[in-house]
Amino acid sequence: MVNRVVSGRRREALLAEARELHKIEVSMDIASDIRNIAYGAYSPLTGFLTSDDYEHVLHDMRLSDDTPWTIPIVLDVSREELGDVREGDDVALTLGGEAIAIMRVEDIYGWDKEEHARSVYKTKDPAHPGVRKTYGMKELLIGGPLDLIKEVSYAGFEKYSLNPAETRVLFKEKGWKTIVAFQTRNVPHLGHEYVQKAALTFVDGLLIHPLVGWKKRGDYRDEVIVAAYEALIKHYYPRDSVVFSVLWMQMRYAGPREAVHHAIVRKNFGCTHFIVGRDHAGVGNYYGPYEAWDIFSEFPDLGITPLFIRESFYCRKCGGMVNAKICPHGDEYRVRISGTKIRQMIMAGKKPPETMMRPEVAEVVLRFKNPFVE
Amino acid sequence: MGSRSRKSKYTTVSIPVTLYNRIKKLIEGTGFANVSQFVIYVLREVVVEYERAKEAEEPFSEEERERIIEKLRRLGYI
Repeated sequence: MVNRVVSGRRREALLAEARELHKIEVSMDIASDIRNIAYGAYSPLTGFLTSDDYEHVLHDMRLSDDTPWTIPIVLDVSREELGDVREGDDVALTLGGEAIAIMRVEDIYGWDKEEHARSVYKTKDPAHPGVRKTYGMKELLIGGPLDLIKEVSYAGFEKYSLNPAETRVLFKEKGWKTIVAFQTRNVPHLGHEYVQKAALTFVDGLLIHPLVGWKKRGDYRDEVIVAAYEALIKHYYPRDSVVFSVLWMQMRYAGPREAVHHAIVRKNFGCTHFIVGRDHAGVGNYYGPYEAWDIFSEFPDLGITPLFIRESFYCRKCGGMVNAKICPHGDEYRVRISGTKIRQMIMAGKKPPETMMRPEVAEVVLRFKNPFVE
Repeated sequence: MGSRSRKSKYTTVSIPVTLYNRIKKLIEGTGFANVSQFVIYVLREVVVEYERAKEAEEPFSEEERERIIEKLRRLGYI
């Protein structure tokens, strides 16, 4: 597991050195990538991709050493920002003017944004949030290893922000050998609870691991998701079976590729299994509902086992949450849980029915004046 | 400093003809288009297990482990 976090005297020395280096200001999104690289969430990456790895990831969904890797982790800069920096130079990466990392610039290269969009997002449509973001990025990419010299975190979520070493120690302390991770960017409804508990039946523990950070307009705000899960876990989960922690990482909405990326990252957090949902990491109609399942067949060497759990619904005859494989009853008994419908009810200030959302969760969500990203 | 397209590079590995024929028969009617595809798939499955066995040791010291446990206790995780 990669560890690029510098401490002690070496840190003091690098902080001093950073004052003399050319500075490149980064965004919060890039800061989250820096943190994830440094703490090993993006193992085996030790820095931003160089052109060789970038091309391999784009075309083969693997690094140049054949390790599975599906989402390019890149640092974009303008010619003006780069100034006189040359390959081989060290630069200080700053956030709000303060140096947070030192990076060795091994590679400076141009890139084709349309090709990037087509490969990563399977579309060039600027209406796709990930594509739109790509088109807004700067003209050059720089790659090379980095060292984190100043702690950076997503404000307000420090209590739940465990890094990979911490979750690994925690799982070992709990005596868990098999751990399933659940990735989410939504407040929980009964369907989410169903897939989590279905998976938990077969493993030692569950890691509920929502993304916090940049999300598109209309997604739930991070604090709403955290509060909702606090309520759900308190009332409906056995205390010893679940760990709740957040992952500061931007959503890319890259569908299949991002589903694999999410699995790789959770492997680095010490998980052995990963729940892949219907239209995982999707947006709009850009990807087929089960396209994110199919892609996993290309990665027999992922190192984490994907669990494909079918769409669930509430059956009034069965008296609970089921799926099409185990429920023999017709449509007249089925209550389909629609994230869109729940969203509309919440926007209208209405409590979703108990066949869709736990009342304790609904109450918490409705307490927020505006639960959605604007 | 323009972007450049590339094709994946391949190299030749030898296997007995009998094994080749055995695999060819095995993959008939499956999703594998040819013997090479099957061999690549299986090799990756095996390689990752060897790599995992090599990485069995946790990459942090006992001192770091104790510090982490203290933090987890403070946050209420244990």
